[in-house]
Amino acid sequence: MITSEQKKDLFALWKKNLVSFWGIYSQNKMGLIGLVILIIFTLMALFGPLLVEITTMAVDDVTQVLHPPTGNFWLGTDDLGKDIFAGVIIGSRVSLLVGVAATAISMIIGTVIGIVSGFYGKTIDALLMRITDVFLVIPWLPLMLVMAALLGPSLANIIFVIGITSWAGTARIIRSQTLSIKERPYVERARAIGSGDTHIMFYHILPNVFPLIFANTVLVAAIAILSETTLSFLGMGDPTRVTWGMMLHFAFSMGAVSFGAWWWLLPPGICVVLVVLSFTFIGYALDEVLNPKLRRRD
Amino acid sequence: MLLEVENMTTYYKLKDGFVRACENISLSLKQGEALGLVGESASGKTTAALSLIKLLPENAKVMSGKISIAGRDISQAMEAELRRIRWKEIAIIFQGAMNALNPVRRVGDQIVEVLRIHEKMTDKAALLRTIDLFEQVEIDPSRVRDYPHEFSGGMRQRVMIAMAIACNPKVVIGDEPTTALDVMVQAQVLQLLEKLRSKRRMGMILITHDLSVVGETCDRVAVMYAGQIIESGPTERVFENPAHPYTRALIAAFPNIEGERYLAQSIPGNPPNLLNPPSGCRFHERCSESMKLCSCQEPLPVKLDSGHFASCHLLGRRVLS
Repeated sequence: MITSEQKKDLFALWKKNLVSFWGIYSQNKMGLIGLVILIIFTLMALFGPLLVEITTMAVDDVTQVLHPPTGNFWLGTDDLGKDIFAGVIIGSRVSLLVGVAATAISMIIGTVIGIVSGFYGKTIDALLMRITDVFLVIPWLPLMLVMAALLGPSLANIIFVIGITSWAGTARIIRSQTLSIKERPYVERARAIGSGDTHIMFYHILPNVFPLIFANTVLVAAIAILSETTLSFLGMGDPTRVTWGMMLHFAFSMGAVSFGAWWWLLPPGICVVLVVLSFTFIGYALDEVLNPKLRRRD
Repeated sequence: MLLEVENMTTYYKLKDGFVRACENISLSLKQGEALGLVGESASGKTTAALSLIKLLPENAKVMSGKISIAGRDISQAMEAELRRIRWKEIAIIFQGAMNALNPVRRVGDQIVEVLRIHEKMTDKAALLRTIDLFEQVEIDPSRVRDYPHEFSGGMRQRVMIAMAIACNPKVVIGDEPTTALDVMVQAQVLQLLEKLRSKRRMGMILITHDLSVVGETCDRVAVMYAGQIIESGPTERVFENPAHPYTRALIAAFPNIEGERYLAQSIPGNPPNLLNPPSGCRFHERCSESMKLCSCQEPLPVKLDSGHFASCHLLGRRVLS
């Protein structure tokens, strides 16, 4: 029974929490820079493709091949006369999509394995942690390459491959926190009132490991985006899509360096670096917000 | 009898042997009655309570004995059955209740959780009941949506009490329910427990090391030492005529605000190691009146008055002479 007044209270509480969160977060310059960069790229991914004319991606005029930046083509053109600026904007969509989707997969797998492993301990723990060790120890790039090559180049496969290879660290972190939380008195109390294992794991333990999941998500997202670029650059990406990795791949294989076409190589590269950097900055800032020990008091 | 325990023995298994935390514990509780379980730290009070509802850690085991609640024997009950019995029949207010609330869940939701598990109530009905419970434990019902950190220690303790009585249990075990509270709040919480007990006619087992708490609230008292009940009886009788030297020492160690003024007496020595308890009477090493017999033969309970028992060789001699 939640009356509208209680709903209002709830809303006020969220607002209060959000305001206090923002109060701490906004103190952090790194976090602010990261957030601004990420918002710019998100807006670019959402609305950019609507503004860029698709025709600019088509081959118009042979004379415009490998054109340096001009008023017409802000970032110049590639070997087929396609507009680099349009490519960078359209590419942001895939990069962010892969980042978010692969991170979601990785987080779900990592969290479930971490909590189950930490909660049950013993044989289940040993088994799950050895699997985790395998994923931690195998060099992830070759593993990703092999899997991507086997599954074939498509966006869904790229997301799957990145998600399935990047959960191990999360599982470890979540497990260690679960080990600590399952010994707290309220878990004992939950057992005393007759709660089952699943209920305890997802009602009592999960909310308590959430800050960790939250901070970790941002860092995994950065790795996921970098991985997508790497896979595409190495030729495992979806060739039908314009992504930053694909642009770098073509620039490299078509010899942008020997043509001196810096405008072809730099923009997608800088974009990848900026997005990854923004996630990392946000990750550090979140860590500081969620872990008061790291906070400076002055 | 609401609750009957006969010769319950609980051991903890360690690498180097068994810790005999509870041995031959016998208790009984009538409807509406309050029983105090007193003793120093590590005397097995909490183990005894947790054995009653089989909430022991993995390395502990109830070795023998019979436990029946409302005539139903639960000593052989399986986990699934125990989960139904817990809270419906017998509930517990945990030691250190301050930490027994999940910090990231709303206080009300944690009581709703209990009701949903045991009463199969809808969210709406459970929330209404929770509000009613909050009123019963004298907390402003509008605070059901608060988080535990927004509550004071006394209020959190009240929430734990509300949680304990949520499913109308027949027996409530209070495991040091007032230990972390200051004297004023302690008195309020005890009064609240008293009120609820007489209103609902619940049986209550109060575990504490504070004799004044027992004196104030309990009809009967059982004194534990080194895993055994060494004296039990009606509270007034035991306090006025303590028969066991340990009970006497325990009472003497407590300052009395009425009557004669004396310096509180401490009991020499330390509680025995329960991995390898002393032979004979477990108290003989620290007892000022120990005899030769005490170190070799374990004393049996002697009936002194109606319902007043004590296990001490001194009494045996008195009865014989």
